[in-house]
Amino acid sequence: MSERPIIQVKNLRKIYRVGKVDVEALRGVDLSVARGEFLSIIGPSGSGKSTLFHVVGGLTPATSGTVLVEDRDLVKMSDPERTRMRKTVVGFVFQKYNLLPTLTAADNIAVARDIAGQNSSIEPEFQKVLDLLGIAGRLKHKPFELSGGEQQRVAIARALVNHPAILLADEPTGNLDTANSEIVLSLLRDLNDRLGQTILMITHNPEAAAYGHRVVKMRDGRIDG
Amino acid sequence: MKHRPLRTFLSALLIAIPVTLVLTLTGLSKGMIEDFSARTRGIGADIMIRPKSSTFTSLGSAPIPEGVVDFVRKQPHVKVATGILMQSLGTPTSSAAGIDLNAFNEMSGGLEYIAGGPFRTANDVIVDEFYLNEKKLRVGDEISLWGADRKWRLVGVVKPGKLNRVFVDLRQLQELTGNTGMVNIIYVKVDDPAITAPVITELKKKLVDYPIFSMEEYTSLISYDSLPMLSRFTNVVVGISIFIGFAVVCLSMYMAVLQRTREIGILKSLGASRWYVLSTILREAVLLAIVGTIFGIGMSYVAKWLLETFAPASLPPAIDATWWPIAAGIALVGAILGAIYPGLRAARMDPIEALSYE
Repeated sequence: MSERPIIQVKNLRKIYRVGKVDVEALRGVDLSVARGEFLSIIGPSGSGKSTLFHVVGGLTPATSGTVLVEDRDLVKMSDPERTRMRKTVVGFVFQKYNLLPTLTAADNIAVARDIAGQNSSIEPEFQKVLDLLGIAGRLKHKPFELSGGEQQRVAIARALVNHPAILLADEPTGNLDTANSEIVLSLLRDLNDRLGQTILMITHNPEAAAYGHRVVKMRDGRIDG
Repeated sequence: MKHRPLRTFLSALLIAIPVTLVLTLTGLSKGMIEDFSARTRGIGADIMIRPKSSTFTSLGSAPIPEGVVDFVRKQPHVKVATGILMQSLGTPTSSAAGIDLNAFNEMSGGLEYIAGGPFRTANDVIVDEFYLNEKKLRVGDEISLWGADRKWRLVGVVKPGKLNRVFVDLRQLQELTGNTGMVNIIYVKVDDPAITAPVITELKKKLVDYPIFSMEEYTSLISYDSLPMLSRFTNVVVGISIFIGFAVVCLSMYMAVLQRTREIGILKSLGASRWYVLSTILREAVLLAIVGTIFGIGMSYVAKWLLETFAPASLPPAIDATWWPIAAGIALVGAILGAIYPGLRAARMDPIEALSYE
């Protein structure tokens, strides 16, 4: 692992405006993730872990603090700058897979390439990742023709196709049964071990969290150990 | 688009409607102008003399005394001159021509009868084939031309292409309309068409204030641009068409954006810029406009067939392909304008809110 952290979060605060009420979702978060680390963030609903995921992934701006991702401060970035960052620096895996329902698995992966301005055909080197994920033979199928586990593996492939520095996974096994959960978590661990992929995984399941190198707990918008 | 075929088909069909409207209207304009020009040329005259108060498109209310016809006949190089009385049949596109059959035949080379023959009694009427078919008539039928009081007997059916679709005897029409001894157009045939211009010059000197045209000049003046009512009407239809295209695409795309909120959120989470999302919506609208235009062109052929079948005499249609790119432009402008608002709405979506949309 590199000594220089790939993610450095200092005193991160995020306040949402809900109607006329301010909701303080993050209350001064400090976090550091090393390059090549598989970090699990665990916490109950409302602890702020999803908000942290969204801020670190550049999906929403922070209210204050510092969020350095690959030495670039997301807090100072404009919306278009954060959009550009999402193309190649981070890859998302969501609980509900979030595949485009009308496209095949291959096209779902190709869309990510297209958005990043890359040739939409999949690189031959990426075949290794597809083999690792076990979906090479399922690429011509549409999401509704795939099992939940397969859909999530396609989502992981899509998240990795542009070689992001960080893979952000938000409850990646939340919709899966135990067997498929173990497959997906093992794959994430494999990707981390074999490819050195930095992974930040959010979960409320301690067993899933245990697949990470390190587990960080969140409560009430703060890191709690 | 291909994933929601019904919505795509209906949207393209709705875009096709204004395209069809524009193409049918302009095709009809072209067809009517071509038909009118052909019938005017079919008279076989070289010169036309119109009433003093007439305009290019209207014959006015002061007809020409028949003495003028006699005067014209006596002029040098005039081979035949015949006065015609045109009388509206109640619609802008239909009229009856009161003709002196012998003089008209001499000028036009003769009406070509498909069935029946020339006038024999005062109440006889001759129609062309298109009129016969549109009104579903047969030789021997009694028809009303100006009110039910007087019945006219259909005695002859002629090939279309000479002056008019309905012919009655000049004297009968003069009497009926209180225009005894009057006509409202004089057609003149000269002994050598090459000297038409000097003959007109001489006639203009002697018949001051009468609009006199060579037939070539008159038919060349009959065009889309020379009929301001037509061009204004077309402009209104074009405007309505753009609005319909705009409304259809706006509604269709707005629904599409709502339906795809979550998908838009996915694209944005993958780093899709506002322009990427907007251009996706615009591309779809352009494609809808292209498909709609193709449908519209196809439907304009259907409209042409319907007009030819059910109203060949009053609404002779044509296909004016020069309007295809204009119709495509109208569909495109409407579609792009209609896609901008839903497109911008999609482009501005917050990715987190969009992803949580159920």
